[in-house]
This record gives sequence, structure tokens and C-alpha cells, in this order.
Amino acid sequence: MMPDLGKYADAVLSSYAVSIVLILALVAFSVVRARKVRAQLDEVERRSRKNG
Amino acid sequence: MASIWEYANPKKFIQTTDRLLPWLSVLSAITLVIGLIWGFFFTPDDFRQGSTVKIIYLHVPAALMAINAWLMMLVASLIWIVRRHHVSALAARAAAPVGAVMTVIALATGAIWGQPMWGTWWAWDPRLTSFLILFLFYLGYMALWAAIENDDTAADLTSVLCLVGSVFALLSRYAVNFWNQGLHQGASLSLDKEKNVADVFYHPLLFCIAGFVLLFIALVFLRTQTEIRARRMRALLARERLG
Repeated sequence: MMPDLGKYADAVLSSYAVSIVLILALVAFSVVRARKVRAQLDEVERRSRKNG
Repeated sequence: MASIWEYANPKKFIQTTDRLLPWLSVLSAITLVIGLIWGFFFTPDDFRQGSTVKIIYLHVPAALMAINAWLMMLVASLIWIVRRHHVSALAARAAAPVGAVMTVIALATGAIWGQPMWGTWWAWDPRLTSFLILFLFYLGYMALWAAIENDDTAADLTSVLCLVGSVFALLSRYAVNFWNQGLHQGASLSLDKEKNVADVFYHPLLFCIAGFVLLFIALVFLRTQTEIRARRMRALLARERLG
């Protein structure tokens, strides 16, 4: 159940919204980049093994 | 017990952090969810600040992490300067965007909180100003890493920048005590029970702080692994180009 935030509801809710969006974006960006770099390195290592 | 310097070996670092990462991620998510739900839904309004006191659960942990992330980068940079371990330089690089986001959260929630309480979004108060400068240092630090192609040169120069920026990281923590003026109040957390926030706000706040710390560690581990792999990839590609 939503607490009664009174006249400060906008301030409280926007603080939570901004923070949660920024944290989720940081986590998503970090995970996506980690996967991308890992896949790229696997490819480069495979190529370099093949070429001796 | 294994020496801490064993983790300067990139392979060992990746092996160890790979085992820790799932636990850290789950623990940080659980702690954050408990802290934020407890703070948002189950704490009363403050007699002076009303419901805006609920912003404390984001503002204080983010501000703490903004400062401590820079101090972690300082330690890692010093290890790089003294012992030349690549993993430590890459860990500092990995922590910078996390610290920058924490600084933005602290600045944004501070402005949103300040508007109804102080009647202004921003004031050139010692703590606010030193935090803004810390944010600019984060941006400069990340830009310097991105601008220099040679990894060792980039690590050297960013380490020096990190040493200089540490002054502002410390200032942003102690500015209120040094100048004792401006709008920002003193520290919310204190070992002196009289000065500490009331228990009803303090306990969920501890959960939120623990959640932010665990999230920071998890993200730095993940991002350091990424930087180690990216560095190895650059080395292999350079070798390929040489034929």
C-alpha cells in the first residue's frame, strides 16, 4: 500500500525514479558490455590460435 | 592464506571474482530491496522534513559511495604507481563510472530534496560545491583514460589525476566541518547517538548503505573483468596487426 507522502510526493517519487533508473542503466550497461567484450575476446583468441 | 598480491594475476582475479559475483549480486539486490521497501513504506514522516526524509535512503548511501569509490580508486592508483600491477589500474578505471553515477544520484536527490527544504535546487555551499567538483573530476578521469591509447601511460596519468582529485573527495566529506557554514547539514551518521539519525530511520538506512556497498563491489568486479579482457583483446589485435 502506498504511503501518504503529502505535499512532498513529487519530490520523494522523483528522487526514487531518478535513482532507480540510473542504477538500472548502470547495471544493464555493465552487463551488456561485459558480454560483448567477452564474446569479442573469444573470437580474437580463436582466430589467433588458428593462425598460430 | 593466499597473499593479496596473487589477485594481481588477471587469471586468478577473474577466477576468484567469477565465483563471488553471483553471491554478491544476489546479496546486494536483496539488501537493497529490503532497505528501500522498509524505508519507503514502513518509516514515519520526520516532524520537520515530512515525507522528504525518505530521500535519505538514496541520498546518503549514494553520497557515501561517491566519496568511497574515489578513495578506492586512490588506493588502486597508488598500488599501480608503486607495484605496477595492471589489475589495480584497471580496477580504478572500472570503478570510475560507478562512482560518477553515485555522484549524480547524490547531486540529483540532494537538489530534489533541497528545493522544498531550503527553497532552492542549488546553493554554492561548501559541501555541494565540492561534490560538483568531485563529479567533474570523475568526468575528467574517464575522459583521460579514453583519450590515451597506451594503457600504461593512461594508467600513469589517471593515477596522478586521482591523487589530485582525492583532495576534493575528502573535502566533500569534511567540507561542513571545515567551514561550518552553508545550507547543508552535518553528517547524518555519527557514533554519537545524540547526533545520529533516529533509530527508526537508521536501521533501514544501514540496509541501504550495505546494499549500495555490495552493489559497488559487484559492479567493480564485473567491470574490472571486462577491462582485463578488453586489454588482452587490444594486445592480441596489436600482435595480429604486426603480423
